[in-house]
Amino acid sequence: MTLSAAEHGFLSPTGVEIAFLLVGLVTFGAALVTVTTRQLVHAALWLVVTLGGLAVEYLLLTAEFIAWVQVLIYVGSVVVLLLFGLMLTKAPIGRSPDADSGNRWAALTVAVAAAAALVWVVVDAFRTTWVDLDGPASGTTAVTGASLFQNWVLPFEALSVLLLAALVGAIVLSRKAKAESNSPPVNSRATTGGSPSVPDSRNHPIGGQAPVGQSKSAVEQGPAEQEGAR
Amino acid sequence: MHLAYPAVLAALLFCTGLYGVLARRNAILVLMSVELMLNAVNLNLVAFDVWLSRTTRETLHSGQALTLFTIAIAAAEIGIGLAIVLAVYRNRGTSDIDKLRDTAEGHETDGPDSDALTAEQAGRAGKTEATA
Amino acid sequence: MTTTTLAVLVPLLPFLGAAAGLLLGRTAPGFVRPLAVVPILAALVLAVLVAADQGGGQALDATTELTPTGSVPIELSVHIDGFAALVAVLVGVVATCVQVYSTGYLRDDPRYPSYAALVSLFTSAMLLVVYSGDLIVLLVGWEIMGICSYFLVGHYWETPEARAASIKAFLVTKLGDVPFLIGLFALATETGSFRITTVLGAVAHGGLDHPTVIALLLLAGVAGKSAQFPLHTWLPDAMAGPTPVSALIHAATMVAAGVYFVARLLPVFEASRAAMVVLAVMAAVTMLGSGLAALAQDDIKRVLAYSTIGQLGYMTGALAVGERGAAVFHLLTHGAFKALLFLAAGVVIHAAGTNSLAAMSRMTNLRDRVPDAFWTMTVALLALAAIPPFSGFFSKESVLGAAEHVVTGHAEQIPEASGWITLVAGLVTALLTAAYATRLWLLAFHGRGAEAPDHGRQPLTMTVVLWVLAVPSLALGAFTFRLLPDWFDGHDLTPTLITSVVGTGLALAGVIVTYAAWRHTTALAARVPLGAVAAHPEGDAGLVEAEAIASHAPVYGGVAYAPDPADPGRLLLGPLHRHAAVGFHLDAVYATLFVRPVQAGASLVRFLDREVVETYVRGAGALPRLLGAAVRRAQTGNVQTYVSALLAGTVVLAVAVLLVATGA
Repeated sequence: MTLSAAEHGFLSPTGVEIAFLLVGLVTFGAALVTVTTRQLVHAALWLVVTLGGLAVEYLLLTAEFIAWVQVLIYVGSVVVLLLFGLMLTKAPIGRSPDADSGNRWAALTVAVAAAAALVWVVVDAFRTTWVDLDGPASGTTAVTGASLFQNWVLPFEALSVLLLAALVGAIVLSRKAKAESNSPPVNSRATTGGSPSVPDSRNHPIGGQAPVGQSKSAVEQGPAEQEGAR
Repeated sequence: MHLAYPAVLAALLFCTGLYGVLARRNAILVLMSVELMLNAVNLNLVAFDVWLSRTTRETLHSGQALTLFTIAIAAAEIGIGLAIVLAVYRNRGTSDIDKLRDTAEGHETDGPDSDALTAEQAGRAGKTEATA
Repeated sequence: MTTTTLAVLVPLLPFLGAAAGLLLGRTAPGFVRPLAVVPILAALVLAVLVAADQGGGQALDATTELTPTGSVPIELSVHIDGFAALVAVLVGVVATCVQVYSTGYLRDDPRYPSYAALVSLFTSAMLLVVYSGDLIVLLVGWEIMGICSYFLVGHYWETPEARAASIKAFLVTKLGDVPFLIGLFALATETGSFRITTVLGAVAHGGLDHPTVIALLLLAGVAGKSAQFPLHTWLPDAMAGPTPVSALIHAATMVAAGVYFVARLLPVFEASRAAMVVLAVMAAVTMLGSGLAALAQDDIKRVLAYSTIGQLGYMTGALAVGERGAAVFHLLTHGAFKALLFLAAGVVIHAAGTNSLAAMSRMTNLRDRVPDAFWTMTVALLALAAIPPFSGFFSKESVLGAAEHVVTGHAEQIPEASGWITLVAGLVTALLTAAYATRLWLLAFHGRGAEAPDHGRQPLTMTVVLWVLAVPSLALGAFTFRLLPDWFDGHDLTPTLITSVVGTGLALAGVIVTYAAWRHTTALAARVPLGAVAAHPEGDAGLVEAEAIASHAPVYGGVAYAPDPADPGRLLLGPLHRHAAVGFHLDAVYATLFVRPVQAGASLVRFLDREVVETYVRGAGALPRLLGAAVRRAQTGNVQTYVSALLAGTVVLAVAVLLVATGA
């Protein structure tokens, strides 16, 4: 280790390192814009840049399969989900002055302190560690598939059950009250069995007198939901 | 490649996500920041997996496998999280985290929606933050 | 069955009866009366069998150690000699009579089941004291009697007198029990055992280092239980309890326990001459004071109470001259005739509807209403006044004879002073006893004035036991004074000529003087109308008595006093009467000496607690509350703030750990 580290100084970077550094700068900058921009939809778009940058970094680290999964799942679906979420909650288009809460200075302090501590520790620990990227790629689809289905089959299958549960849970949570009352009885029983609390509380506002504010908001949110359904 | 590069990049991304979680007002932006933090961790996992598989001939590829699992779980989390945010938004008319203050001492009525508040919804709001 | 088994069953049966009575009292009221009477009757039969087996011969000892108890072993043991066998028979007889009498006396009382069970428990405890050969087991019975007396004296707890009297009885006897307990421990430490036989053996070989201290400590407990001066004040007030309870507590059981205890451990007391003199002085003061006080009482039961104190003084005097045979002889006869007196007084109170002698002296024909009570009470009063040939004469003369024996120098280990004190006080008390017995008889049964109210015949259960008890009152002395020395220490209990003549002469003088005074004052009675009778004369005797006790103080101006110029006691005592009526102000002295300081201390403590300690407590509460109010402001409900604080803390901790780990 020390031998290899002595061979490779920070002042004479290899081509891979230069590429990694440049892409990393772009990624970090996009991440910073994501958490600071006042336009909510832009934040989601900058998140795409960040995640894509990360995919390139994975490629540079020879983790080919992970990179494609990153692109497929994050860029392809998670960001789309987030955009849907923004639309369904009627996020304002354009600059919104109150995108950051009053907590931002405390948050900045904590984040900078954490960053300083982490960077200090990481640099201190891995200053001389060298990763040899030559030779056969360690993250090709073949290699990853072999390890996944030889050594990690059981967790993989368990994960599928978890995903199914998350799927059902997300559907139950986001069902509308009207759809609930109109749905066939079998379905209705299944959903109420899964999570009875949500439809209940929406059907019967607790407290006897239905508050004006709630009923108003229920009326207002009608179009947005129809839009989401479409 | 020096291991310090991906490690430092991961640390910086993580802290950026941390800032976002603490400073953003919109719950969906908070979820985005959580994604950033998860990705920082993924980058670390991949980098260390590459390093270890080369230096110690480790063939299990646990780092990459774990990265895949994290990505899957992150997808599940984002789905559930968005569903919860939607439910809160339907009930409360807002998805701003700093307006969900039902756990505050005294429980002052600061908006028209607080009347409609129930214990269940308070619990759900708490869940949102737990996910974040 | 062996004698030991029989002896164990004697205290056990009433105890089981009490337990069953308490358990079944509410669910099966039909069984209450059999459960009250039968176990005690069986215990009496067994006690008689034990006495017959023992026969005054060698003492019967049986011991079993239940479990090791540390340095000084505590054992379950019985020690039955002549004293124990005979006293147990007396206890059985009196307790049986009392239980039978109570079935009539408290016929309609709703609390009869618990009352009967407590009487059984009381009897069981006394029998335990009598038979026990171990001092700690004896103490158990001793204390059970204390708590039972509390409950029984307070049976009419609706009346304030009964409540006060029960608490007083408990506290005063407990006051003596504390030094008693310390004395027992000291005795056991010095002799190395709680067993009476071992203790006495050690004492006989001079094993006691501090006999005076131990004897005086034990004496305090004896004075409390046996109502000797200065701890006798609970006994007259205990008359607020039902009459059968008075008969049980004050004739055969509780007050006899103290005397019996001293009789058992007499060698311990004899080891200290000072203790014997103290015992004699205590006896003398008790006898004289109680005799004077009895002459001035208006409540018929309080007269008997003071007479009990006086007769116990005789027993203590006999112990002070080292003659326990005479003491227990007097205990036996006194137990019989005093139980009879109390039970007959209960009948009289029921018939007259009042407990006031002043009111009774204004009723004619009372004796025709209750002929059984009249005749038996006459017998008992003659025995009390020690007129030959009644039983009291022989036992009292045996006490005086023992004192004379000491005075004339025939007993070298007994201080002569105690002999003189006992003899003189005993003779003077003989005069006083005869006087108050005569006064009681004359006032109760020879009144003049309105016709006594007629409530029909008394219940059979109440009158039969009177005749049962009249037999030993009449004949116990004359027939047994020759036999008893075989059961006791062997000392002769035959009356000596000089003391008999002097004692009987003084008693007759007392009778005659009182009669003369009564003839002189009785004319006044018609001129001063006085008296009140119970509001419910048709109720059972217990109800009538409770009403009489409750109404005595408001009607006559005091529980013990009545402004009656026709009272011969007033003429005889002269200026002393006022003081004697209230027991020579001993209660007031106690109130000044103990009650007020304690109350002042209590109010001081209350002040310290309320004002000083409470301030600290309040301060200790206020500071956290202020801090809490400050911290509460941080609870904004904004989750992001919480998480920020959480992560800031994490960063700080992580940095600190790093610095420590790197040794910076």
